[in-house]
Amino acid sequence: MRDTIRFRLNGAPVSLETDGTRTLLWVLRTDLELTGTKYGCGEGLCGSCTVLVDGRAVHSCQTPLAAVQGKDVTTIEGLARGGRLDPLQQAFHDEGALQCGYCTPGMILGARALLAANPHPTREQIVRGMEGHLCRCGAHQRIVAAIETASGRRGGRDD
Amino acid sequence: MTDALRMPRRDFVKALGGGVLVLVSLPPALTGAAPGPEQGRGYPTDVNAYLHIAEDGTVTLYSGKIEMGQGVVTSLSQMAAEELGVALGAMRIVMGDTATCPWDAGTWGSMTTRFFGPAVRAAAAQARLLLTDLASRRLGVPRAQLSVEEGVVFVTGHRDRRVTYGELARGQLITHTVDERAVLKAAREFAVMGRSPKRLDGAEKVTGAAKYAADIRLPGMLYARIVRPPAHGATPRGLDTSAAQAMAGVTVVNRDGLVAVLAPDPETAERALRLVRSEWDIPAPPFDTESVYDHLVQAAPNARTTESAGDLEAGRQGAARTFDVTYRHPYVAHAPMEPHVALAEPKDGKLTVWASTQSPFGLQGQIARATGLRVEDVRVITPYVGGGFGGKSSGPQGVEAARLALAAGRPVQVAWTRAEEFFYDTFDPAAVVRLISGIDAAGHITLWDYQVYGAGDRATEVFYDVPNKRVRIAGSWGGEGSGPAAGAARYHLFGVGPWRAPGANTNRFAAEQQVDAMAAAAGMDALEFRLRNTTDQRMLRVLRAVAEASGWRPGVAPRRESRGRGLACGIDAGSYVAHVAEVTVDRATGAVQVERVVCAQDMGIVVNPDGARMQMEGCVTMGLGYSLSEEVRFEGGRVDTASFATYPLPRFSWVPRIETVLVPNDALAPQGGGEPAIVCMGAVVANAIFDATGARMLRLPMTPERVLAEMRRV
Repeated sequence: MRDTIRFRLNGAPVSLETDGTRTLLWVLRTDLELTGTKYGCGEGLCGSCTVLVDGRAVHSCQTPLAAVQGKDVTTIEGLARGGRLDPLQQAFHDEGALQCGYCTPGMILGARALLAANPHPTREQIVRGMEGHLCRCGAHQRIVAAIETASGRRGGRDD
Repeated sequence: MTDALRMPRRDFVKALGGGVLVLVSLPPALTGAAPGPEQGRGYPTDVNAYLHIAEDGTVTLYSGKIEMGQGVVTSLSQMAAEELGVALGAMRIVMGDTATCPWDAGTWGSMTTRFFGPAVRAAAAQARLLLTDLASRRLGVPRAQLSVEEGVVFVTGHRDRRVTYGELARGQLITHTVDERAVLKAAREFAVMGRSPKRLDGAEKVTGAAKYAADIRLPGMLYARIVRPPAHGATPRGLDTSAAQAMAGVTVVNRDGLVAVLAPDPETAERALRLVRSEWDIPAPPFDTESVYDHLVQAAPNARTTESAGDLEAGRQGAARTFDVTYRHPYVAHAPMEPHVALAEPKDGKLTVWASTQSPFGLQGQIARATGLRVEDVRVITPYVGGGFGGKSSGPQGVEAARLALAAGRPVQVAWTRAEEFFYDTFDPAAVVRLISGIDAAGHITLWDYQVYGAGDRATEVFYDVPNKRVRIAGSWGGEGSGPAAGAARYHLFGVGPWRAPGANTNRFAAEQQVDAMAAAAGMDALEFRLRNTTDQRMLRVLRAVAEASGWRPGVAPRRESRGRGLACGIDAGSYVAHVAEVTVDRATGAVQVERVVCAQDMGIVVNPDGARMQMEGCVTMGLGYSLSEEVRFEGGRVDTASFATYPLPRFSWVPRIETVLVPNDALAPQGGGEPAIVCMGAVVANAIFDATGARMLRLPMTPERVLAEMRRV
């Protein structure tokens, strides 16, 4: 079944002739070759595939393409604007809030949605907001610090 | 060995164009395992690293190691920059490409910095000498009068009389082989090492630009899904692929037991796989999650004794109290966020394979054996690896992709699903430790009779001063696990292999709980008891460091106040660690919250302090998982925990305040950093639970149900 799916992707209009029941994750990764969005579990249990749809974090592995019709989709590739990193990207880099980096795009987009809804979250709110994101390397403590830094709650590195 | 054999591949050298190429050749003892004759075929067996200085002054380090998060892109670059005398920004690094990098056994065992680091530093130090010799000729000044700073050689005191590395490298390619150990800088001279630059892979990783194996795209590539058995040990009874075959764009491959559907996109492949009908005969389960421990003891191979002293019987007789305790550790999954992936491209009778692997050269050999291609016709390229932890030490997905690509005549990607990852993982093996120990009336350990089944010997060495001791090892995560009845009743029903600090988590879980139990029985503070029972100076230092940083106050466990603290220590990969954990236990549910972990580590010279802390924090956090929740549940060859829903990993809300202390020891070369800080986590949490509740947790993981059950027995 062919559908015409139109949406904005990282600020630019996209039009795809494809089956609208296909999964956003795989359309991004294969048709559009935006591979920053990662497959981690395919069940919406790990957060690696998180993207923003109209500013809200969604699991792209659980999102049919038709669901983004007419919407605004942001992937990790679209977060830096004009060569400038998003404050969250900068904070993750500065705080060393990543190791293997595989969960990082999903973490940053999840945090972006969190800060959009609550610009100055408490530590507890950050922990609760990020609970659905798995990181096997164990960068959690620094990820929380990076989100605090990006939210302006923390003045940067301690050392 | 002739120079020709020492050279890297000719096409590679040609591709470099001009510049200075330095090959370093150090004895295997200094760099870890040497390749066997078959393994290293086609490679110079005595070259560990190449360093190339290009005409624009760019320095490239070629290393067979891989980056999986442990930060070696940064730390290896720091080591090379330091000894060469260039800015970190001038460094490039190429890793894990069998066509351009020197042979390497694999990235594991916290060995990159310990064993490969010296090769890198030696290559860089020698390159610096070579370049200053060239500069000496160019400037007409003896070498002794020259200084080097950030890639510029100048006459000391006359900075205008200068020449850059890039200028020196211009002209024809100069190659130089290093055979002896160059004089390396002392820690007090460091300008690049010993500091914490931001990760060199950070910018790529926060922008999504970093490429992992699944991110490589080739024209005409196909995505594979493979027909899998429902259980390990199952044999196929029937197969019908006709419905999948009938799908537009789908190809079915059925060769030598490998049955797969190939499609132009992953979702079509997934749909095609669901149309395949397969039937299997599943053998009756010989054991399961609960009965595996009896099996491990009964079917264990003969034990070997790794340590022995005194007289065990005399130790028993002389003890005021003896303790005979059995500890159990389940199968644990690696569960990296990136599942196993490989993309194989056949071209002109050769294969190029991009793979998530910890052992590109090992995989190259595996693929050659499986396909009949010559080793030199297989190139393995390792992009960033999304976590390994030992689980990507072998590369079955690379072999699958290679076989399917050759069958299809097109590039084929094999990307394991999360369920496949949990099914084909080489688990940390289930293991049993029986430990009989004794103390005298003064609180000295007099007896230590240690027997481990299944986990191997890592971190079993007895650093307490015990006059009567024996350590016996029966079975390991490695080769010796097949048991006496191999074939009929295998020791393990599925793959097992190295898992971050292999076996050490099991061994410290047992040993450090036992020590804690003896301290409590002696009515002594856990720290004082350890200090009294060891004279190992490095251990004493980390124990005192962790006590000071955590604000340890003397007290005898258990205090049974629902809050508790624990202490544990160990030696792993040449580093010493000591941990203090503080926990709260919910008396109604048995749920454990780890509130704070302080970890002190002596790892010799610290190449990158912040990088070292990241690894320690990662170890503590990952260690919470095997401590509190992670357990592969199974019935025979069927794995029942093949999802994050049934195999819970540590989450943000679990993570304690983690404080890391690097205990200075600049007299010692850099030691391991990726594993030591995980080995005590099971014991330190268990000891804190004991302090909080009086319950002894002898089986991992310490789930709420088990904690509650043990609390009721107290």
